[in-house]
Amino acid sequence: MRKLTRESWINSSLVLLLALAPLCASLLDEPYYVNLASRVVIIAMAAVGLNLALGFGGLISFGHAAFFGLGGYVAGVAAYHAFDGSYFIGVIPGSDQMPVIWLVAVLVAGLAATFIGVISLRTQGVYFIMITLAFAQMIYYFAISFPTYGGEDGLSIYVRNSLFSLDTSDPLIFFGICFFSLMLSIFVTRRIMGSRFGAALTMARLNDIRLATSGVEPFPIRLTTFVLSAMITSGAGALFADLNGFVSPSMLSWHHSGELMVIVILGGVGRLFGPVAGAVVFVLLETFIGGFTQHWQFFLGLILLSVVLFANGGLIGLLAGRPRHD
Amino acid sequence: MTEAVLRIEKLQKNFGALKATDDVTLDLKPGEIHALIGPNGAGKSTLIAQISGGLSPDSGNIYLGQENVTGLSIAARAKRGLGRCFQISSLAMPLSVRRNVMMASQAVTGTSFSFWKQTDNDQKLLEAAEKVLARVGLEPRADVPVAELSHGERRQVEVACALALKPKVLLLDEPMAGMGAGGSERLTGFLEELKLEVPILLVEHDMDAVFRLADRISVLVYGQIIAQGSADMIRQDPLVREAYLGTEE
Repeated sequence: MRKLTRESWINSSLVLLLALAPLCASLLDEPYYVNLASRVVIIAMAAVGLNLALGFGGLISFGHAAFFGLGGYVAGVAAYHAFDGSYFIGVIPGSDQMPVIWLVAVLVAGLAATFIGVISLRTQGVYFIMITLAFAQMIYYFAISFPTYGGEDGLSIYVRNSLFSLDTSDPLIFFGICFFSLMLSIFVTRRIMGSRFGAALTMARLNDIRLATSGVEPFPIRLTTFVLSAMITSGAGALFADLNGFVSPSMLSWHHSGELMVIVILGGVGRLFGPVAGAVVFVLLETFIGGFTQHWQFFLGLILLSVVLFANGGLIGLLAGRPRHD
Repeated sequence: MTEAVLRIEKLQKNFGALKATDDVTLDLKPGEIHALIGPNGAGKSTLIAQISGGLSPDSGNIYLGQENVTGLSIAARAKRGLGRCFQISSLAMPLSVRRNVMMASQAVTGTSFSFWKQTDNDQKLLEAAEKVLARVGLEPRADVPVAELSHGERRQVEVACALALKPKVLLLDEPMAGMGAGGSERLTGFLEELKLEVPILLVEHDMDAVFRLADRISVLVYGQIIAQGSADMIRQDPLVREAYLGTEE
């Protein structure tokens, strides 16, 4: 048994809190708070995806809303066709089965990320940020100008998609699905970072000349990371659409990309549970301070500023100290 | 005559009007140390960058064994057995010595596209790194982050990383730079032993080490090789004395 570090204590408490909060809310018959917890979990998962690229890979993508939104649109479009029995581009039937939707969402985002990555990963730094943003904006405007799927008004999912024989419309059960997906995505990230691929990715971030000198091409490592990262984020997007029963171009907008970045930075760049901590703080601020004033982002800004200035390593870094490398 | 493991033919690289590498031809044979010396600004670093793949030459060819590697990337050349140490240590500072060396072992012990198996349980990888660490005497420091090492120890890690590649050729860019007398003495002994296994192209400013180690020396001045031969021949060469060693007398 490995000795538990302070970071793993903090992570476990965080997870426990996140799991217990909706249980309590459900017992108190407060479905609103159960759905709020689902929102936290889904946004955390989207940020876990971004953290793989931004935190562990040093790839500052400002376009992850594209993958979040693509996942959402896959869920929306599939449900739309399943609902009225029509076909996507005249041949592909719709589906209201979550596993099918997730698979398609992940594949679509993976494909898009491969295309975007091949082009944008030829650049670095500010140029990479701008090119990922540009691609995301293209997809955003594409969605706006596509009337079949609601254009600017978005697309409603009238009945929540189903998973086996579970009652997905029950907020607590849906929370369970989201929670499981989040844990799975963190577990996958952890396995990846402990593997040979993770070692190469870490080296690509720290010193890519050293990686090349070790006989490993940095480009394919980065591209694969970017694609995996997009896939995780798109899975979260599909869940988000189901949570809201609605998908619109706003999911694709650059505000969302920025929010995901804020969450990753707030929680702790390159920390396994950083996105969870970041998402908790972000959504709670949005909901509770947002209830008092629409200028809640002022407080978010203050918190982000102090975290960046005084807690190098985000909230997790503040609580658990510097990351450990063995 | 034995086949050269590294051959550079008529290499040319211009930066505008400056001929940084001017028709350079040299080779490296098994079992030897070939030293490349020259005053500052002679184009040694430019030449090394072209050999390792960081810069592409305007014309000319580079062969690793039989294969023309002129158009290949840094990683592709490393994978074919070109080990390299940098003039300024280029390591991952927050990572331990072991992690740095393991990275270099990774390409020769399998693929980097393995996502599930944990490196902590990867016996092949761990053993390969362990062997190299033992060889350069870094075992007791294996779990220390590189950032906490002394300058001399970092140079040793660089050498360890190059060796972990199981190289056919070693490219050492001023390995003695910044080392104390004791450290540079020890490294000289180590290289003397190592050359029997891997031939070394050595760029070095420490003339004592160069004259002691090198089987052959090439002198680079203004991008051109003005003399090539054994240590004794180079010492006697009037052109070299004028251009380079002359300043000492």
